[in-house]
Amino acid sequence: MAPETGMPESGGATAGGERAEGRYLHAVDAASLSVIGKPWRKIDARSRVTGQTKYADDLALPRMLACKLLRSSVAHARIKSIDTSAAEALGGVHAVLVGSELPVAFGILPVSQDEHTLCIDKVRFIGDPVAAVAAVDEDTAWEACRLIRVEYEPLDVVTSVFDAARDPHGMDPADRIHDYGREGNLHRCEHLEFGDLDAAFAESDLVREDLCFFEGNTHLPMEEHSTVAFTDPDGKLCVMSSTQTPHYLHRALAKVLAAFVPPHKIRVIACPNGGGFGGKSDPFNHEIAVARLSMKTGRPVKITLTREEVFQTHRGRHPVLMKSRIGVSKDGRIKALEFETHLDGGAYGSYGTASTFYTGALQCVTYKVDNYHFKGARWFTNKAPCGPKRGHGTPQPRFALETQLDKVAVELGIDPATLRSRHLAEAGSLTANWMRIGSMGLGECIERVCAGSGFRERWGRLPLGRGVGLACSSYLSGAGLPIYWNAMPHSGVQLKLDRSGLVTVFCGSTDIGQGSNSILAYIVAEVFGLDPQDLRVVTSDTDLTPVDLGSYSSRVTVMTGNAALQAAERARDLLVPHVAAQLDIPKGRVTFGGGRVFDCEDPERGMTFAEAVGTAEAKIGTIGTTGSYRPPKSPARYKGGGVGPSPSYSYTAAVVEVDVDPETGIYTVPRIWVAHDIGRAINPALVVGQVEGSVYMGLGEAMMEEMSYRGNRFGVHKIPSMLEYKSPTSMEMPEVVTYLVEDPDPNGPFGAKEAGQGPLLPIMPAVANAIYDAVGVRVDEVPVTPEKVFDAMQRKAQGKEARYGPRELPRVEWPEPRRVRTPWQGGTGVEVEREDELARSSQG
Amino acid sequence: MTSSKVLGTFVVNGEPHEVAYAPHKTLLEVLREDLGLTGTKHGCELGECGACTVLLDGTPVVSCLVLAQEVEGRAIRTIEGLADGPDLHPLQDLFAELGASQCGYCSAGFMLAASELLERNPDPTRDEIRAAVAGNICRCTGYIKIFEAIELAAARLRGEQGQPTREMLYGS
Ligand code: FES
Ligand code: FES
Repeated sequence: MAPETGMPESGGATAGGERAEGRYLHAVDAASLSVIGKPWRKIDARSRVTGQTKYADDLALPRMLACKLLRSSVAHARIKSIDTSAAEALGGVHAVLVGSELPVAFGILPVSQDEHTLCIDKVRFIGDPVAAVAAVDEDTAWEACRLIRVEYEPLDVVTSVFDAARDPHGMDPADRIHDYGREGNLHRCEHLEFGDLDAAFAESDLVREDLCFFEGNTHLPMEEHSTVAFTDPDGKLCVMSSTQTPHYLHRALAKVLAAFVPPHKIRVIACPNGGGFGGKSDPFNHEIAVARLSMKTGRPVKITLTREEVFQTHRGRHPVLMKSRIGVSKDGRIKALEFETHLDGGAYGSYGTASTFYTGALQCVTYKVDNYHFKGARWFTNKAPCGPKRGHGTPQPRFALETQLDKVAVELGIDPATLRSRHLAEAGSLTANWMRIGSMGLGECIERVCAGSGFRERWGRLPLGRGVGLACSSYLSGAGLPIYWNAMPHSGVQLKLDRSGLVTVFCGSTDIGQGSNSILAYIVAEVFGLDPQDLRVVTSDTDLTPVDLGSYSSRVTVMTGNAALQAAERARDLLVPHVAAQLDIPKGRVTFGGGRVFDCEDPERGMTFAEAVGTAEAKIGTIGTTGSYRPPKSPARYKGGGVGPSPSYSYTAAVVEVDVDPETGIYTVPRIWVAHDIGRAINPALVVGQVEGSVYMGLGEAMMEEMSYRGNRFGVHKIPSMLEYKSPTSMEMPEVVTYLVEDPDPNGPFGAKEAGQGPLLPIMPAVANAIYDAVGVRVDEVPVTPEKVFDAMQRKAQGKEARYGPRELPRVEWPEPRRVRTPWQGGTGVEVEREDELARSSQG
Repeated sequence: MTSSKVLGTFVVNGEPHEVAYAPHKTLLEVLREDLGLTGTKHGCELGECGACTVLLDGTPVVSCLVLAQEVEGRAIRTIEGLADGPDLHPLQDLFAELGASQCGYCSAGFMLAASELLERNPDPTRDEIRAAVAGNICRCTGYIKIFEAIELAAARLRGEQGQPTREMLYGS
């Protein structure tokens, strides 16, 4: 099968030369670049450091009302009645909204449209919104919420996957959390087989089975979600929100409000996000509620969630209970790998179907895995809904795999770095589950962190209480498929070139702090030889900017970058002939640089960029171009193969050093070395920032962060505040040594890959591995708290298994697997039973 | 509901402002809602995150826990008053240069806390910097670029070059 690469969309106002090879300029020599690869300030840095950036809650409009939601105080119940009369009678209240007024369901994925703006007949977790009030101010809105009477009829509360798995056949259908899904409270249940596991295990020299648990945790963005909705002067609905995905929010609004307003009369503007990390990528109840309230009242309406409500809104890391069975040869080659994951999904679908597949998708892109089986189940529980958090569904299995490899290394007597680097997946290869790997710099990442930390010399040789641990990982540079099926581009960019010399870049992407607006400017500025600070970038406005699917799955640099590159090259191609004619030189000698357009053989001979635009504009009229991008078609054509493919994969290796008190289990992390294969850094300073921020967030997950619920019966969140939800402060943050490894990828703009999520992934397992190196115990559970270390050390002292971790999984009746032959078995990327059918249809 | 308002004068960034405001409001609310100074942020309104940090008579306070009535007439400095006319404060310059401000939501609080540190301690150690911003949470940066920016700003305020090292911008 020929490898397929990304295709720039044809079309746009003007044609551009399509180069089959090196289309995205990955091979270009770094020395020839003037903008790319340099540590520029972000184009919006000034606004962010002067306090001028307007986040959603900073917006204030004349006559604006405040909205508050009445949220469920019980975890699972049928709503018998809602009485809003007292609230409506309260002075200062302008409107009260209840669920029956907006009966259309929504949800981020087409397969799980299971949310309502406000609950209609049942509530599913503490915090589920039941009514919304718009009033003159927040105090009045709160007061009105208190006056709403809701009568509940309690239902069985499910707070764990074990609860959820209890007797699916015998359960009263009325007690199911949702009336869809596989059965009982089992939302999804997936079973995939690639290759022959039994034979491979039989051939293995070492077989291990390990169970582990990754507790849920949350994004904790500094900015609490906020939305303002109003009717603009020409009568259209405008919603300005702290969202990472304005396009998907637009779709949800269009669907739920279809009875009131057509899609083209809805405008969504994503405000700069005060941090997202995946927590602002679902369309949310509160966004739709204020939209409708603004229509009902004819006034602007704003809602800003409290911190407690942000914990309830959640969509964070799924708690995942896992089993990994591995078979390796004497030299550590993975011959067989079998994964089973159980995701505690919380009360709604959210991204959960994708999350489930993600717990099985990326196991094979780091090291060669000859045969691979995956079983994944997602369960509904009466807790805040889980969804995508930085790393989406992959940190949990990554923890399982990387801690297991550490155990394998110990058993085989091979150091963990060598064990890994011996069997790296190869650049350009296909994995057992049909993921196409692009550039692959993991080997160099491993060597860099080992050299920096002295890992090979220190591992297993430090005094009791001190340890080093290593782990690796990989992440996607954008999901290969959009969230709803369509054949349109994932990213679009429009350029306007003005005779003043200003270039304006329009793109639907959303800057959540990662610097995506700046990336657009750098790429376009590189093509035109301009200073990126001189461009104007207009983003995330569904009325003004072409669609980009959103800031999720680390897709923005690669996808908007390629679209921007195409648009810029098309515009340059429009200017060149006219400049060449003016200067009377061949087109091939026209060069852009330093704000000028000139003859490369006689640089004095030329004109300013503004004059070049004017010259072309005089000949052909207003100058504008478009560019767009759609990821390459994936060879994974089996059902479920839509999750995991990506234009490219980034790679990371990390070494963590720990200091453990062997008496108490209390430990600190003084230093971390991390190397990230970025492909090529568009702006190295921003990449270093993403790496350090990922390391920080990973360390928080490793050491302390957890969403925990009181007891196991009521579904009450234990710690919905920033004080009690522990996250690392400036006092805990270790020294971090960051290495950027550049192995340009053919699918990335100038060879770039992602940086925002991947470097988080190895931190949790590296911490657990370092703890083992320090005190000889395994904590097979995240977070690795001192209590757990202490517990394991006590067991060790008592001669029991030196381990803290889970011992059982819930029972499931797994469906028959979908069997797909691996590439080396001669497979074609589809299920075995469909191979013939497809062969026939391709002949016919 | 019409809550009766009181009249008070707040001296913000050196300028007195007469404001009619609801007497139960916090300083954070008066700054953001009544004076339109939205550069001061909030992440909790419970004194837990530091995003709302401003200087009160030169001392950092979390403005979400300060009752506005109590600070009438006292000197309040917010992010809008950190720059000197069109020129950015060295902290602002360094936060921009190093990318110490990612989403930027925490930045005002960090820079105000740091500006007070640099007033009383022109050459702080890394540990002193850590302690000075220990009440400020940042979820984006991992704090490292923030520490580095404060160190370099201190150097510039002392009249030194304060140039970023290669490692800060390109990695090791
Ligand atoms: S808003 Fe004041 S400390 Fe969080
Ligand atoms: S820069 Fe985003 S929270 Fe600090």
